[in-house]
Amino acid sequence: MFVELKDVSKTFGQFQASKSVSFALRQGALAALLGPSGSGKTTILRMIAGLESPDSGDIILDGQRVNNLEPSKRGIGFVFQSYALFRYMTVYDNIAFGLKAQKTPKAKIKDRIQELLTLIGLEGLGGRYPAQLSGGQKQRVAFARALAPSPRILLLDEPFAAIDAKVRRELRSWLRRMISQLKITSVFVTHDQAEAIEVADQIIVTNQGRVEQTGPPIELYRSPATPFVAQFIGESTLAPNCQNLIGFEKAPPGAHGAIRPEFVHLYSLKEDFQFGQSAQDGRIESLAFRGNELEVSVRVGEISIVTGYSLERPPLAVGDPVKVLIYRLYAFDQGQAVLMANSRLANGGAGYNFHI
Amino acid sequence: MSSPKKIIPGFGLTMGLTMSYLGFFVLIPMISLAIQTSHLTWSELFKVATDQRILSSYKVSFGCAFVAAAVNAVFGTMLAWVLTRYRFPGRRLIDGLIELPFALPTAVAGIALTSLTTDKGWIGQPLAALGVKIAYTQLGIIVALTFISLPFVVRSIQPVLEELSPDYEEAARTLGASSSAIFFKVILPELKPALMTGFSLAFARGLGEYGSVIFIAGNKPFQTEIAPLMIVTRLEEFLYGQATAIALVMLLASFIIMFLVNRLQLRAASLAGE
Amino acid sequence: MTETTARLVKVPGSKGYRRENPYLRRFLIALSFLFAFLLLALPLLAVLSQAFGNGFQLFWNSLTNFFTLKAMYLTVITTLSAVLANTLFGLAAAWALTRYRFKGQGLMITLIDLPFAISPIIAGLIFILTYGRLGWAYEFFDERGLKIVFATPGVIMATIFVTIPFVAREIIPVLAARGTDEEQAAVLMGAGFFRVFFQVTFPHIRWALLYSVILCAARAMGEFGAVSVVSGHLRGKTNTLPLHIEILYNEHHYREAFAVSAILVITSILILTARSVVERLAKKESGPNVR
Repeated sequence: MFVELKDVSKTFGQFQASKSVSFALRQGALAALLGPSGSGKTTILRMIAGLESPDSGDIILDGQRVNNLEPSKRGIGFVFQSYALFRYMTVYDNIAFGLKAQKTPKAKIKDRIQELLTLIGLEGLGGRYPAQLSGGQKQRVAFARALAPSPRILLLDEPFAAIDAKVRRELRSWLRRMISQLKITSVFVTHDQAEAIEVADQIIVTNQGRVEQTGPPIELYRSPATPFVAQFIGESTLAPNCQNLIGFEKAPPGAHGAIRPEFVHLYSLKEDFQFGQSAQDGRIESLAFRGNELEVSVRVGEISIVTGYSLERPPLAVGDPVKVLIYRLYAFDQGQAVLMANSRLANGGAGYNFHI
Repeated sequence: MSSPKKIIPGFGLTMGLTMSYLGFFVLIPMISLAIQTSHLTWSELFKVATDQRILSSYKVSFGCAFVAAAVNAVFGTMLAWVLTRYRFPGRRLIDGLIELPFALPTAVAGIALTSLTTDKGWIGQPLAALGVKIAYTQLGIIVALTFISLPFVVRSIQPVLEELSPDYEEAARTLGASSSAIFFKVILPELKPALMTGFSLAFARGLGEYGSVIFIAGNKPFQTEIAPLMIVTRLEEFLYGQATAIALVMLLASFIIMFLVNRLQLRAASLAGE
Repeated sequence: MTETTARLVKVPGSKGYRRENPYLRRFLIALSFLFAFLLLALPLLAVLSQAFGNGFQLFWNSLTNFFTLKAMYLTVITTLSAVLANTLFGLAAAWALTRYRFKGQGLMITLIDLPFAISPIIAGLIFILTYGRLGWAYEFFDERGLKIVFATPGVIMATIFVTIPFVAREIIPVLAARGTDEEQAAVLMGAGFFRVFFQVTFPHIRWALLYSVILCAARAMGEFGAVSVVSGHLRGKTNTLPLHIEILYNEHHYREAFAVSAILVITSILILTARSVVERLAKKESGPNVR
């Protein structure tokens, strides 16, 4: 494994920022540290970089334990959330800084910077100051600056946080392209699950200083290991006491469940419906048009389930009674998330495929 | 939350330099003061506490510094107001002159103000005809202290006035407030912490001032002698114990003022939602 | 004040308008001019008129006196030493206080502020108590042939003491407000202390530094109380210009006293001008390129 954390803990005063964090990434991985704010993701990133030192545990980069290695000797490129571009230096000097600090010959520096400026698509802007650049351009410069000394690992702290929504989408795919083209092992921090899913090939989900689960986005989505992951990745409705739902009577007593929108199918009473035994009665609470389908909130007993509804189906109105068929849900039992299928569909529902 | 552990280089160098410098120039002399204080005898303290001349010098120092700070609170606020609210020819000149008391050596200020306010001076002469004397009276001390502490009030208030959003006054105006009501009920409360800070700084500076005052005061015992002068005379007589005793009261006053200023600034910051 | 006397006035530096009474405005401006003239400008004019009132030749003669030249020399030396020492200290202290977290930061700031809080006379007193003939450190320095109080080192040290806060206090907020991201980035790229300081940090504080150096120089040049206590008023030896003025004035050599004062007046006007130029340049630069 290329980047490996073993049992790493870190405390700031009374605040435990990391609680025995362990994960491993292979070379060339593009990993996201994903979690709500205060979950300790930035601390992990800063510990890898050497900007913080762990109280205990090992940080291993490319087989070498680096706990006591100076930050500058770790072969790390770091993109700060604020970019931390040197405001009194031109774009050229910003990118050249790391190379100069390492006493690279001048001619070599020049070539390398030309190459990088071309790579980030800012040829000819080397003479500008950071204040004369747009947010997206600044981020590209920060990216190029971090890459200039050819680091082994690229670390990015909330790389898209300071950019407005429209440019952010472009930058995401740009960054993804760049990194896969350069094949550099990269870790970025984000609190936005959509961003993590879209950009990363590995996601490390953090919560309250712990790593909840590590894996490819699809794996996290399809088999969340903990209730937190089930709720944090993707949309879901929380169902307290899911054993009260029809078809899930075998759920552990008192267990909560999470229902993804695609786990639910709505039937208008006007339609032919053959799974009456397996479905609940519900009532439409609200409808919202989401471009290609309706987002429906439907009341079933104590809970409001959110799901989609195709525009091709019979129209629905607020207050309409409907049948709600729940195929499956994640039941939470003692900190584990277990995927449960609707037991009454055991034979009748066999024809359905779940496209997740 | 970025608390860089000693990641940024230079900790040893800058800490070492800072600590030894402060130790040599500030801590060691202050320790001497503590040692001297611990050696004070009751009779020395008694002498200082009952010496009418010293007591009246305190009265002069505290009284004149207070009046001067009050004068500055009024005129300093006005100057800050005029400088931030109005644009007029000569504004930059006045703005630059405000800082003069910080730049002009106090001894020069002292002899200049004295020569202006004696019976033969440009200001003193016409006032003498009216029977008003400035030089060699407590009024003179007040004039000198007003001069040297003027910038404190103006420079405390100016940034607050500049930051004060016009929306504020507009809102009050739409609610039907009169101009004077707006000033006293809307603007002045906003200025209060800065005004108090400026006043306290001006008062503290006035309390400790020596150079400008000794020329204009005339230094008549029981009338125009200030406390710092009493310290100097005791030092010249090598009565270090008494000098220290007089200084302790002044120090105590300074520390209380500094403490208040810090509290004020903290409160102003928390009010601003920082 | 009725609404008919008010008019809308553009708010300086913003898009808003504000209601303003033109009579009040005129009155306040006039009062400000009067106040500034009487309290600030007139003393300057008084000094200059008495210095040059008897012609330039007499002014010049008063200056080229041996003791005046000696005092001028000591003032220059003292000012330069204080500015140099406190610039170095101020930069180090600001760096230590804003780049690291450690116990006792509050105490350190208090110690830096202390010279502003106490009377210069008390500053002089504590130096006498330490290094004076009855002070506990007297012997140590005396054995090594170093005289501090009533000698040049004492004058310089007292001046350094009263000007300690100037540079540090100006730089600390600038560095604190800026955070440490740029320095961290530089360190990650392998830069050492001097590269980080001179290439990354220094450009951010150069104007504040220049500004504080100017104010520090003004105070150092004019310090009276503290220096007066430790100098012993040895004419031609430990007299700075302000002390020299005091002696001349007390000996009723008014013309000389005002002539020497005039030099200091002119210097402080130059200092004020430099201050406002620096302030304007700093504002201009923080405009387009920075931020």
